[in-house]
Amino acid sequence: MSTDAWIGGLMESLSGAGATAEQAPGLSPARLIAIDPGAWGVLGEVAARHGCRWVAGWGEDMGESIRINACFEKAGAYLLARTAVPRAHPVLPSHTPVFPAADRPERHTQDLLGVSFSDHPDARRWTRHQAWKTSEHPLRRNFPVSGHPPEKTPPDHQYPFLLAQGSGVCEIPVGPVHAGIIEPGHFRFQAVGETVLNLEQRLGYVHKGIEKLAEGRDAEGLARLAGRISGDSTVAHAWAACMAMEKAGNITAPPRAAWLRALMCERERVANHLGDIGAMLNDIAFSFGFYHFARLREDWQRVSREAFGHRFMMDCIVPGGVAPDLPPRFIAAMRDEARALRKQIGKLMAIINDLPSVADRVRGAGVLKPEYARALGCVGYVGRASGMDSDVRRDAPYPPYDRLQVAVPVHHYGDVNARARTRLEEMAVSFDLIEALLAGLPAGPIRAPWPPPAADAEGLGLVEGWRGEILSFVRFGADGRIARFFARDPSWTTWPALELLIRDNIVPDFPLCNKSVNGSYSGHDL
Amino acid sequence: MQLTISGLLYQTIQSLLLVLVAPLFLGWVNQCRAWFQNRSGPGLFQPYRNLLKLVNKDAVMAHGASGLFRTTPYVLFACMWLAAGIVPVLATDLPYAPAADVIALVGVFALARVFLALAAMDIGTAFGSLGARREMLVAFLAEPALLMVFFTASLISHSTSLTTIVETLAHREFVVYPSMAFAAVAFLLVFLAENARIPVDNPATHLELTMIHEAMILEYSARHLALIEWAVAIKLTAYTAIGIALFMPWGVIEAGHWEGLPTALGAFVAKLLAAGLGLALLETVSAKMRIFRAPEFLGTAFLLGVLGMLIRFLLES
Repeated sequence: MSTDAWIGGLMESLSGAGATAEQAPGLSPARLIAIDPGAWGVLGEVAARHGCRWVAGWGEDMGESIRINACFEKAGAYLLARTAVPRAHPVLPSHTPVFPAADRPERHTQDLLGVSFSDHPDARRWTRHQAWKTSEHPLRRNFPVSGHPPEKTPPDHQYPFLLAQGSGVCEIPVGPVHAGIIEPGHFRFQAVGETVLNLEQRLGYVHKGIEKLAEGRDAEGLARLAGRISGDSTVAHAWAACMAMEKAGNITAPPRAAWLRALMCERERVANHLGDIGAMLNDIAFSFGFYHFARLREDWQRVSREAFGHRFMMDCIVPGGVAPDLPPRFIAAMRDEARALRKQIGKLMAIINDLPSVADRVRGAGVLKPEYARALGCVGYVGRASGMDSDVRRDAPYPPYDRLQVAVPVHHYGDVNARARTRLEEMAVSFDLIEALLAGLPAGPIRAPWPPPAADAEGLGLVEGWRGEILSFVRFGADGRIARFFARDPSWTTWPALELLIRDNIVPDFPLCNKSVNGSYSGHDL
Repeated sequence: MQLTISGLLYQTIQSLLLVLVAPLFLGWVNQCRAWFQNRSGPGLFQPYRNLLKLVNKDAVMAHGASGLFRTTPYVLFACMWLAAGIVPVLATDLPYAPAADVIALVGVFALARVFLALAAMDIGTAFGSLGARREMLVAFLAEPALLMVFFTASLISHSTSLTTIVETLAHREFVVYPSMAFAAVAFLLVFLAENARIPVDNPATHLELTMIHEAMILEYSARHLALIEWAVAIKLTAYTAIGIALFMPWGVIEAGHWEGLPTALGAFVAKLLAAGLGLALLETVSAKMRIFRAPEFLGTAFLLGVLGMLIRFLLES
């Protein structure tokens, strides 16, 4: 494999910085290196020079010290860099000056672990609102799961938003409570007339403490928790968490289980793409399309419930395999369903493509320039609509995708239209995959036995969910219980993209642009 | 003009009819939209249920709301009721009719709009001001376009009185006026814009940032909101009645002719049903346009109105 040749080059560049390669089979496909905290900033610069993508960063309280991880990727090869800072004086150079993608994750680590990133350009709090004090850090070991919540959480009205001044500049605060049934998040617009000068997001309203809640759970409990990080990608998150745990314990899910997991994951992708394309049409008041896509999605989810027992297939993926087996009659039924759906979408899109009023709204709206997508490390359809040609299923394939051909649609214009097209084409790919998965579904057991992994065993899960690449990290403690769990939802990379792509658009186009990105509040806030 | 008992009776019947039937018409439009979208829909009487629900709630007032904010729903309702009394629906020669001609009618609509926009800004929320600003962006082009339509019609009848216009168009022998065809298209565009329908505004949206009309009334609740919603329904019905009176006036009777009442009523209901169906169809086949397309849209309406008038001058007189 020559795809990870860059890692060798990177290591050479870092030879003076005390970087050492370490063995960590559970962390494959990523290669692990340890590095001195002083060279952490140099690592970022070198990685940026090598054209890497900053994938994720997280920390862990190890007692005496706090361990900090950062994951990079290039050409499907992953590199996990690791350093440690003393707990008494946790200061570290920041990656944000060279990787804008590291901005919010580092602030998350700062709020939850009390690590300060010395040259971070914007060290405002991020995940912390008013539910815990500045001096408290929930992911430290001495912080109880229940926390020390005040009787009544004070309103979080002191957050220092960026200000704009000038004649005709007005500020439009939106949220955190929105009309309609969506999650909470605050958006602060600075606008001149209808034109957006700047949008600033304030998220964190759905912080559930997933990382803290994971500590001390058994494997099954963690899979259930991961399935609730973001309800719309319950399959992908549960799969990523289970993959991480299985790698940590060196357990392999039986082939049939892997194929069923992929079948569920593709079904989840189709359901969400259907629903979101309909919702985008609803945002431009084209209700005809909205109701038809909603109907198709509903029919699709009902079959999921019949086959797997749950509309969203929640808790169907368990450590070591899957919980429900697929009754044989669904092999033909799902194949026919996918074929029929493909035809129906074709008919609907023929009508929708004919409408100049729809084209006028989606073309040229919310353009995310490819250079911004690259800087922010955007994954999923948001990245792929802006020229980021990446898909874990193809670039770092995991079973069963290592045995399947995965086409990756890529567009370059980066507007709402490109994102919608990408998603339509991804559905077509999913239909092909579903047919291939059903045709080649192996027989056999659906669940491997689960000997508790050893203490300190680590695992990394990388799954292409419908929003994009999900990274899950797990470290086991004693008795097969979880010591640390971190899940990076793709929304971490796409929320900042929304701030950039809305600039110079008009205020009433925001809901459409937002829907075309559709970041998960819950997945981001953890 | 003589004030007769039967004339007064007609006036009363007509004003009440439009006001009471307006929510039903809205329900019909919504029902048609649902059918076109392959849904079953909430039923014809849903707007009445909504009004009843709102009336039974306690009103919540924004802090710092002035008297203007409180009185606007009543002003709005009164304006629309007045407008409903001016438009000849079943019969011409209404006692109220001389009180206001088409120019005054446009003024009544403008008055209601100014009050609503001021009330929206009164409470000082971002969305209220946003909606008021957008409403004015739409209105400053819709009003002249509407006037052009009325002027074309009044050139034919040599009067700005709506009843005379309708009488001329309905009760003389059938003539096709090309100018009125232009005016009809112009009126349709203004109709969609003024009533906050797709493609200019979306009456069904929940997205605050995209709203025009709805953004202005976000802070209203209970009976105030009920009055506004009802006024909106009356406006929609009155506008439809104006369209019917100008472009499909057949079947309207003169005041005092009791025997023509069933025919007039039947004709009006049939035309109303057809108009609702047409509106729903228009709304189904189009997405909402970008807000800055609205000036182009209404500019087109204005241009068509002017064209209609020119054709009347140059070709028909």
